Amino acid sequence: MAQVELRQVRKTYPNGAEAIFGVDMQIADGELIVFVGPSGCGKSTLLRMVAGLESVTSGEISIGDRVINDVSPSQRDVAMVFQNYALYPHMTVRGNMSYGLKNRKMPADEIERRIVDAAKMLKIDQFLDRQPNQLSGGQRQRVAMGRAIVRNPQVFLFDEPLSNLDAKLRVQMRIEIKKLQRSMNVTSIYVTHDQTEAMTLADRLAVINEGQVEQMGAPMELYSNPRTLFVASFIGAPQINLIPVTFDGTHLVNGDIKLAGYSRLPTDAPLVLGVRPDVLSLRDDGQFPVSVDLVEQHGGENLIYGSLAGAHSDTGESQEICLKAGQELLPDMDDRLTLGFNPDESFVFRADTGERLK
Amino acid sequence: MERPSISTHIILIIGAIFMTLPVWVAFATSTHAPETILREGLQFWPGGHFFETYNEVLFVEGGVMKKVTAVTMLKNSMILGIGFAIGKVVISMLAAYAIVYFRFRLGVPLFWIIFMTLLLPLEVRIIPSYEVVANMGLLDTHTGLIVPLIASATGTFFFRQFFKSVPDELLEAARLDGASAWGFFKDILVPISKTMIAAILIIMFVVGWNQYLWPLIMTTQEDNYTLVIGIKQIYQVLNEGGELPQFQKAFALTILATLPPVLVVLIFQKWFVKGLVESEK
Amino acid sequence: MKRVQFEHSAVPYLFIAPQIIIIVIFFLWPAAQAIYQSFLLEDAFGLSSQFVWFRNYSDTIFNPSWLQAAWFTIIFSSLVTFLSLSIALLLAVKANEVIHGASTYKTLLMWAYAIAPPVAGLMGNLMFNPLIGDLYQGMNAIGFDFDHKLDPVDASFVVILISVWKQVSVNFIFFLSGLQGIPKSVQEAATMDCDSSFRRFWTITFPLLAPTTFFLMVINITYAFFETFGIIDTTTQGAPGGATTTLVFKVFQDGFRGADIGGSSAQSVVLMIMVLLLTVIQFRFIEKKVHY
Repeated sequence: MAQVELRQVRKTYPNGAEAIFGVDMQIADGELIVFVGPSGCGKSTLLRMVAGLESVTSGEISIGDRVINDVSPSQRDVAMVFQNYALYPHMTVRGNMSYGLKNRKMPADEIERRIVDAAKMLKIDQFLDRQPNQLSGGQRQRVAMGRAIVRNPQVFLFDEPLSNLDAKLRVQMRIEIKKLQRSMNVTSIYVTHDQTEAMTLADRLAVINEGQVEQMGAPMELYSNPRTLFVASFIGAPQINLIPVTFDGTHLVNGDIKLAGYSRLPTDAPLVLGVRPDVLSLRDDGQFPVSVDLVEQHGGENLIYGSLAGAHSDTGESQEICLKAGQELLPDMDDRLTLGFNPDESFVFRADTGERLK
Repeated sequence: MERPSISTHIILIIGAIFMTLPVWVAFATSTHAPETILREGLQFWPGGHFFETYNEVLFVEGGVMKKVTAVTMLKNSMILGIGFAIGKVVISMLAAYAIVYFRFRLGVPLFWIIFMTLLLPLEVRIIPSYEVVANMGLLDTHTGLIVPLIASATGTFFFRQFFKSVPDELLEAARLDGASAWGFFKDILVPISKTMIAAILIIMFVVGWNQYLWPLIMTTQEDNYTLVIGIKQIYQVLNEGGELPQFQKAFALTILATLPPVLVVLIFQKWFVKGLVESEK
Repeated sequence: MKRVQFEHSAVPYLFIAPQIIIIVIFFLWPAAQAIYQSFLLEDAFGLSSQFVWFRNYSDTIFNPSWLQAAWFTIIFSSLVTFLSLSIALLLAVKANEVIHGASTYKTLLMWAYAIAPPVAGLMGNLMFNPLIGDLYQGMNAIGFDFDHKLDPVDASFVVILISVWKQVSVNFIFFLSGLQGIPKSVQEAATMDCDSSFRRFWTITFPLLAPTTFFLMVINITYAFFETFGIIDTTTQGAPGGATTTLVFKVFQDGFRGADIGGSSAQSVVLMIMVLLLTVIQFRFIEKKVHY
């Protein structure tokens, strides 16, 4: 059990490419932190630096009280679950789980005890003598977790562990990982590009973009209080509606649309209005006249996609808009709806820097 | 897919006959008496002299060479084939491991040195190679026969290619599991390369067995002849003429020289084809 | 290159050392010797030698017998390559079509891979032996005035036939695996777009086989240059009058039989340059031309 601390961590590759630009982070003991971001943002690199699979160019990483920059991966007391599981294909499940312990010269009876415990916990005890190619994807996933658990590490590292599973299994494993992490209470770092996975798993989320942490906090905090345009657009499904606007001193303007209720915004810069699909609702006095293009029925809720009459997107095409509504609202194509929202529940960002102004 | 036509089968049958008939005729003829062969020419069906011919060739001194028997030559060929295959696999796996899994200062130049062997087939350096081996006193030895042959790049490239296709995560997992460089090689890499090793062993056995030029200049004493070298000698005997040409023995020798590698290829056909095709990628 | 590598000072050198040591002793040193000797003229007893610059080269290359061998090597390599590739491609395409007996055909067509060139040479030699060889008699019976011991064309025919026979199987294996590597969906899409199977082959299948074909061309040229030594040595031995002498055979002949070390070395160096060119072409093309 330990807290993990990153201090001004940077990564520059030998060819000069910069991957991580000074990350500071403190992860509390027993906490589950999720690194989330688009592919290539550096989230995996950061995780692999904690694991010791990538060198640290500058800055410090410590686990507990120990700075581990120059400690070899196997001495860091961390365990990792890989995206493609990285099971040793020629070893049985037992062999896979025991290999690391044998390398540490642990006594055989202790190894066996740990394997049996972990296998029971993961419900793979009946597969211990099978080889990975005789297991299903979900079972392999469990073995990969088992291999991490038996080492009894101070920190668990997960590198997109669910991305090779089908959708249903992914949800199921997600829940199990969360439960397991709760019951074992081991500090964990989990990397994913899937925002749903990130929201549901994390104690705290770190949204990473272009080698920097854009914002870190509890999932709902990031959802309802994003610090940047990037965070607002990355977190939340369906995605937040983003409408390019300008401020004329009293109103936000895009074409025929004029929105009241905003003040103290710059008049000389392009802005972006962000409205989440679930804060929009059908209102007679609403601000948005919308013509319906498509309705997706998800069962308990309907997602209504339409275009905002009188407004244009950045590219000059019609501005699309999405509304999350109950199952009773089922308009036809080309129906006209009037949607409204409370300005206090919307966000305004600078278009150029992405900084949130309201 | 449409049904293949009769002409397809006819072409394939002609091809199969083209590829197999010569060897069959060689076998059939080898089982006849020399008089019959001289009188009637090549034979298409086996005759009654199988045991006589093969017994003489295999076991009787002076039966085919001046004193060495085909059994001795068979043994020499086996040593060359197996020694070549194993030697090649061992040194090329080790070298490929260093090249793929280590970052070291001379890595790139050393890789190019290995690559250069492709530019220097035995034929272009044959006389100085002979001199080197002669100066080291290795003529007529197994070491001198096998070691100079195993260093070429083919095997190294094959394993390099295969190692590169092994997922990176396997090494990463092993490093988290505390495996050393040697431990990863021995515990993970060699076991997962089993099929590849088998395939390359088969191919290299055939290649080693079929070596001609090097053993030809390396071996001066009959005792050290391989079957393929014996072929050369019997060719000379036949051409020099003299007594009644022993064609059946010449044919028997070609069959004996062909049989072991052919059997290996047929028995391990799947691995062999896989290895051959993979090795050239 | 692997994303993660070991970083050790001595370990990789230990792993790579065996191969490098053997290469230095048995490849680089002899090759350097060959280059060095190619500039020397030795007396008949090898007692003294003298540095003669490029005289060995000019003596060698402008020698009619070398030019003859070079010319024969070019024709021989082109014919062997073209014929063995064509036959193998035809057989591979047909073998890829059949369902019944596919594996039998495959086995029968590929097994000759295991036969050593000199063994194939001796076998062919016996078949063409004037005393017993049906092929020899057959050729004469159908009206050819066939005598490979005296006639250069007939001798070349024998050598080429055996060389092609020996090489078909390798080409067949590669072509077949190349054909099987073409995704079924591509074949099916082509079937829907084009009715004629002949056209389909030349417009879809053959272009997709380009990498295999190109690779095999290099392999076959190399084979015709070097490995056919065993075939020539057990059939014509370069006769009649050097008409079937390839460059490699000539290096061997001049070096071991003729004991002309300087001239033989010069020929070796010329061969090295040819191999180098072949390799460069191979890598150039493999990077550029090839589709996937």
